[in-house]
Amino acid sequence: MSLLAGPAGPAAASGWGGDQQRVGFFTDTSICIGCKACEVACKEWNRNPVDGDLEILGSSYDNTGALGANTWRHVAFVEQGRERIEAAQESGRKLVGLGMPTVGPRPPRGQTPDGDLSGTDRTPPNTQEFRWLMSSDVCKHCTNAGCLDVCPTGAIFRSEFGSVVVQSDVCNGCGTCVAACPFGVIERRDDGTVSAKVERDEDVPHAGTANKCTLCYDRLVVGEQPACSATCPTQSIRFGEHDELVDSAEDRVRALHEQGMTEARLYGANPKDGVGGTGSVFLLLDEPEVYGLPPDPQVPTKELPQMYARVGIAAAGMLAATALAFLGGRR
Amino acid sequence: MSITPLDADRPPEGPRRRRRPGAGRTGRRRRSIDRLGSTDGGREQAVVEDITIDPYDSYYGRPVVKAPPWRAPIAVYLFLGGLAGGSGILATGARLTGRPVLRRTARLTALGALGVGTVALIEDLGRPERFLNMMRTLKISSPMSVGTWILGSFGAVSGVVGAIEVDRMTGERIPLGPLRPLVHGAETPAALAQAALGPLLASYTGALLGDTAVPTWAAGRKHLSALFVSSATLATGGAAMLTAPVSETRPARLLAVAGVAGDVASLHAMKASMHPLEAEPLETGRPGTMLRWAERLAVAGAVGTVLGGRHRAVAAVSGAALLAASALTRFGVLEAGLESVKDPRRVIEPQKARLAARRDAGITDDSITTVG
Ligand code: SF4
Ligand code: SF4
Ligand code: SF4
Repeated sequence: MSLLAGPAGPAAASGWGGDQQRVGFFTDTSICIGCKACEVACKEWNRNPVDGDLEILGSSYDNTGALGANTWRHVAFVEQGRERIEAAQESGRKLVGLGMPTVGPRPPRGQTPDGDLSGTDRTPPNTQEFRWLMSSDVCKHCTNAGCLDVCPTGAIFRSEFGSVVVQSDVCNGCGTCVAACPFGVIERRDDGTVSAKVERDEDVPHAGTANKCTLCYDRLVVGEQPACSATCPTQSIRFGEHDELVDSAEDRVRALHEQGMTEARLYGANPKDGVGGTGSVFLLLDEPEVYGLPPDPQVPTKELPQMYARVGIAAAGMLAATALAFLGGRR
Repeated sequence: MSITPLDADRPPEGPRRRRRPGAGRTGRRRRSIDRLGSTDGGREQAVVEDITIDPYDSYYGRPVVKAPPWRAPIAVYLFLGGLAGGSGILATGARLTGRPVLRRTARLTALGALGVGTVALIEDLGRPERFLNMMRTLKISSPMSVGTWILGSFGAVSGVVGAIEVDRMTGERIPLGPLRPLVHGAETPAALAQAALGPLLASYTGALLGDTAVPTWAAGRKHLSALFVSSATLATGGAAMLTAPVSETRPARLLAVAGVAGDVASLHAMKASMHPLEAEPLETGRPGTMLRWAERLAVAGAVGTVLGGRHRAVAAVSGAALLAASALTRFGVLEAGLESVKDPRRVIEPQKARLAARRDAGITDDSITTVG
C-alpha cells in the first residue's frame, strides 16, 4: 500500500486529471538582493496580521525570524566569511562527485581527465572575503505533502495547479498538519503556543486555523501570477510551469559551476527525494541547514503503512494479553 | 592577508575548533570566565573567543520544524483514551467470565474516561465548534481522521453498554420506554464491538504522534503504539483494582503486571533505537523527570499488585500508582516531542546522519540537494 503520489504528478493523483500544468516557484538565491518586497507583497495581498512584536532579532537583516501562520514568505540573511565560503564551495563540489547528474562534460567512466592535474591550480576564482546569503523561503508545495495527508477535516486540498491550499473555513485548528510538515511551514494562527501571541486591536482573520502560503490560489484562478513573484525586482523568485522551471534551474546551477561558483546547488528539484520533489525549487549557495532548511526531509506518510501495521500488532497484543489474563485469572 | 585597512585592527584569530557534540546550541559564542582576562591581571589573556559551535550548522539556532499546538489536554486525552479502550476490553472479558462488579466498574470507567478525554481533545482545537468537521470525511492517510472515527464508534458502543449498566443500577429508571428491550438486546454485540475497538483506540495514538516530522516522535514510530497500549493496559488494570473488589480483579492484576513489563521494555527499546539527539528529550528536563517517575510508579504499582493485590487497600494504592504512571508516560512523551523541535540540531543531525548512511550504502539519487 502506498499513500504517495505517482509519477503523473500530485494534481493527477488527486483526481484533477493529467491535463493541468503543475506550477511553482524557482527561487534563485544567487540573485536575491534581500529587499523583502516579496514578504511585503504577500502580507499585503493576503492581509496577514503582524507577526511578533516588531523587535530587532539580531540576525543580520532578518527581523522576521521564520515562516509561520502570518508570514508566508520569509527572507533569510546569513553573513559568512572566507572560511565558510570555501567550505560551501567544497560541499557543492562533493555533490557533483556523488554520481548525481553532473556538470559539464565528464570524462568516460574509469578514466581521469587528460593529463596530470596535480599541478593544476584548483582554487576557484573570486573567493570572496565576505558574503551575504539571502534567500526568500516559502511553502514548498510538496509533491507528497505531509500537511495535506494528515489533515482530518479535508481542509487542505491539492489544487488543479498542483499546489497545496488550506481552506480556513473548514479547518478546525486541530494542528495535526503543523507537526506533519517536514519544513516547519504551516502553523496555527495566533494561539500563542507556537509563536508568541501578539496583542492587537484589529480582528485577526481566520484565528485558530492553520495558515500558510496558498501559492496565491485566488490569483492563479483568474490567470494572475502570485503577488510575491510579481513583485520580485530581480527575478530571484520566478513563477511558472514546474518542469520548465526545474530545467532552467538546472541550467543555472550548471552555469554557476562553470563560473567557479561550485557552492551552487538545487534544493527540491529531485523527484526521488523524501517528499517527491517540491513545487518550490530553490538554488542555494550553501548547505540547506544554513538557511534553516532540513537536509533530508521525509514526508511522514511514507512510513504510515508500517505505522498502521504497528498499531494493529499492538492492538492485537493488547487484546491477547487481556484474554490471557482472564484465562489465567480463572479461579 | 589583510585586504582592508580595518583588518589590521582586528585581534588575531585562533584556529577554529570543531564543534563538540552536545555543545551550545544557539550558535552563540561562549567564553569561560578565566579567559576574559579579569581574574589574573598578571598574565596576558587572550580575548579571542572560543567558538564552540559552528554557527552555520543551523539558521541562528531557530527550529527547523514546528511543534503542533498540542498542550496538556492532548496528553490527558492520550491517557484517558487508552484507559477507556483498555477498560472496554476488560468489561467485555468480565461479562464473558461472569464478574458483574468488574464489568460494571470497567464499563463506567470506559464511558467516563472517554467522555472527559473527548472534551479534552475538543478543548485543544483552535476552533472547537468545528469539531464535527472531522466527521465529514474519512482519510486513511490521516491517523487523526482514522482515530476520530475509532473514537466516535467506540463512544457509540460504550454509550450503549454504559446506559445499560446505569439502567440496571438505577432499577430501570432511565426513560428508555419501549426501546428498553432493544437496547438491552444490543448488549452482546455492543460489548463485543467495544472489545474490538478498545485496543485500536489505545494504539492508534502511536501513529498519530509517529506520523509527524517532530524528531523524537518520528524516531519513535516503531515503538510508540507498543508503548501506548502497554501504558493503557497498566492503567486499565490499575483502575479496575481501584474500583472493583479484589475477589473479581485477578485478571486485572495480571493485566496490570503485564502492562508494566511491556511499558518498561518498550520505552527502553524505543530510546535505544533513536539517534542520541532524538532520545535526549525523553531523558532530560521535565519530560525526562516525568518518564522516570512514570517508570518508578509503574514498577512500584506492579510490585504492590503482586505482593498485596489481594488486600483491598494495597490494591487501591497500587492501582492509583499505575494510573499516575500511565498519565505521566503520556505527558512525558508528548512534552518530549514538543521539546525536541526547539533545538534544530535534533532535526538536522539525525537527517544528515541518515543521508550520509544512504550515501555510504551507495544510494545517491534521493537527496533533496542536487547539482544540475
Ligand atoms: S512545505 Fe509543509 S506546508 Fe508546504 S506543502 Fe509541504 S508539507 Fe505542506
Ligand atoms: S489544523 Fe486545520 S488544516 Fe491543519 S490538519 Fe487540522 S483541520 Fe487540517
Ligand atoms: S504565492 Fe502568494 S501566498 Fe504564497 S508567498 Fe507568494 S504572495 Fe504569499
